Amino acid sequence: MSEKKVILQVKNLTKIYKSGKTEVKALSDVSFDVCEGETIGIVGESGCGKTTLGRSIVRGIDATSGEVLIHTEEGVINFLQATREQMKKYRRDIQMIFQDPYASLDPRMTVFDIISEPLRYNSNMSKKEIEQAVEQIAEQVGLNKAFLRRYPHAFSGGQRQRIGIARSLILQPKVIVCDEAVSALDVSIQAQIINLLEDLQKEFGLTYLFISHALSVVRHISDRVLVMYLGRAVELAETEALFSTPLHPYTQALLSAAPHPDPDVEINRIMLEGEVPNPANPPSGCHFHPRCHYKTEQCEKEYPPFVEKEPGRFVACWNCGACKAAQE
Amino acid sequence: MALFKKKNKERDDSYYYASQWQLMYQKFRKHKLAMASAVLLIVFYTIAIFGNFVAPQGTEQFSGEYVNCGPTPIHFFHEGEWEGPFVYGLKRDRDPVTYMNIFVEDTEKICHIDFFAEGDKGGEYKILGLIPCNIHLFQAEGDGQVFLFGTDGMGRDLFSRVVLGAQISLFIPVVGMILTVALGLLMGSLAGYFGGWVDNVIQRLIEVVRSFPNVPLWMALSAALPATLKPAQVFMLMTIILSLISWPNLARTVRSQFFSIKKEDFIMAARISGAPASAIVLRHMIPSFLSYIIVNMTLTIPSLIVGETTLSFLGLGLRSPATSWGVLLQETNKLETIMFYGWKLIPMIFVFLAVLAFNFLGDGLRDAADPYK
Repeated sequence: MSEKKVILQVKNLTKIYKSGKTEVKALSDVSFDVCEGETIGIVGESGCGKTTLGRSIVRGIDATSGEVLIHTEEGVINFLQATREQMKKYRRDIQMIFQDPYASLDPRMTVFDIISEPLRYNSNMSKKEIEQAVEQIAEQVGLNKAFLRRYPHAFSGGQRQRIGIARSLILQPKVIVCDEAVSALDVSIQAQIINLLEDLQKEFGLTYLFISHALSVVRHISDRVLVMYLGRAVELAETEALFSTPLHPYTQALLSAAPHPDPDVEINRIMLEGEVPNPANPPSGCHFHPRCHYKTEQCEKEYPPFVEKEPGRFVACWNCGACKAAQE
Repeated sequence: MALFKKKNKERDDSYYYASQWQLMYQKFRKHKLAMASAVLLIVFYTIAIFGNFVAPQGTEQFSGEYVNCGPTPIHFFHEGEWEGPFVYGLKRDRDPVTYMNIFVEDTEKICHIDFFAEGDKGGEYKILGLIPCNIHLFQAEGDGQVFLFGTDGMGRDLFSRVVLGAQISLFIPVVGMILTVALGLLMGSLAGYFGGWVDNVIQRLIEVVRSFPNVPLWMALSAALPATLKPAQVFMLMTIILSLISWPNLARTVRSQFFSIKKEDFIMAARISGAPASAIVLRHMIPSFLSYIIVNMTLTIPSLIVGETTLSFLGLGLRSPATSWGVLLQETNKLETIMFYGWKLIPMIFVFLAVLAFNFLGDGLRDAADPYK
């Protein structure tokens, strides 16, 4: 993986929501690299900052601090602070697929207008060229050309998600953030959409940031997986390594909570005590320590750095050793 | 199963190609009461626009002879023989019990009703204020009189005055509504778009305006109008006063729409597509709450109609001989009037009908406003 070309770097990305005097760190100091053509799964429970991370990267919301560096032919550009001209040029490189296929399509526009909207702002194509581009992309995502003049209310969830995918693809982006792109769909449709995403990745050499809470889906589609807890990245590793030997106690607990399709398989469920802490008032030191089985004194005082503990494995934990030993 | 089948049948192909407005219209059409109200309002407004033609008398005309005359019945048969529409002549008489002046029909004298009657009897007017004309929809021949709704204390035909009054009572609210909407949209968008302290200031202002009791405020503002103003100027100022008080509701609606739509996924999708702020507001936000604004506009009108009527009734708005429904009701502020001259309450029926129709119309529009829910 390391020989591959890095295409996107997220550095110390932080997002703070303020409400009166309370501050909520929805995202703190998240850093990771993304290589060209890979799929990074981002997992974690509700409220851990997955969606905030995805939206901050595409500039759907403004991050409080940190950088998103894109590697272009012209060198490295901080996407979050790009000038207007740079944005015009590189906006198209990072696009997004939304979770809710109902809320993410403007019900007052035809499918054609929805899909072609990004072109309207980012290209100087003529009407005819736009029409051709839309028809081509519609075909690629499996939408009937004849349906382009219809309104979104005419479509089912799966078809709507295809429209959303077509919209994100029309600018020929390099990176696509899929924010729970299949979570709102039926299982059978999920499979269709995932296959479609995989086919499109092969065809266009796309890079995915695949945000999901469905571990089985992430395991299937991802090359690497980033685990988040309370606004922080706690572990990043190659998928199989992560699923076989998680090095962070939270990852371990999270994976053990995933249901198994075979009812006879016995799962060594690691039960965590307590609730997810209030992000407005996170625990001292490591945020996970009140619920951790391996905690030491150090955990209560200092937040562990997110560092490479084993080749290609980044973990934010003081006691990975103990965690690993416990599994063996 | 039968239930589902029926639903599917209705959704033929055109449903899939229907835009927001087409869907809205389809839904609106099913609201029978709203459709009826729309028709009634169209009739009202058409009559008001051509009021001078429909009314047999102009605003300036009066007669000392026929004071407080009840509605004249229209007959078709004279002594069992078909005569076409006609009225009998009127004879003044005295009630033997109360000694009040009353009018009785003089069955000797037949005055036919002429339709599209030309002549000076009804006075001259200008069609739409431009073309001079003296044709009226109907008129009794000779010195006969048709008082469909009776006459008032100055011998003026009440029907004519109701029709002419509609010009003011129905159009002031529309002008006022336009002003209200402009003000409400502006304030609401400012609050919704900028948020923060701008929002705070506007919110507090709205609360202050809303907490004033309406009638005393109207009285104070109207008292400030000099008595020497021409009816047209009073008309304009009344409109402004009414809309200065009624904008907060709309501003609130617009503001809340801004807030709720700002967070919709499709707005974020547009931002990620690189849409500039102007395109987001114009292409996505305004179209998505335009229908709500239209509903709100429709529901603003009744309160303005009532407002105008109230002001005029209290003698704070227009004054005779200029006429509006409120001015006409001024005469009914005495118990005596209601007892002896019941027909003078007829203008109230029209206020009532217009307000009701606008409310039903607004109701129907509101039900149809969001065809996606």
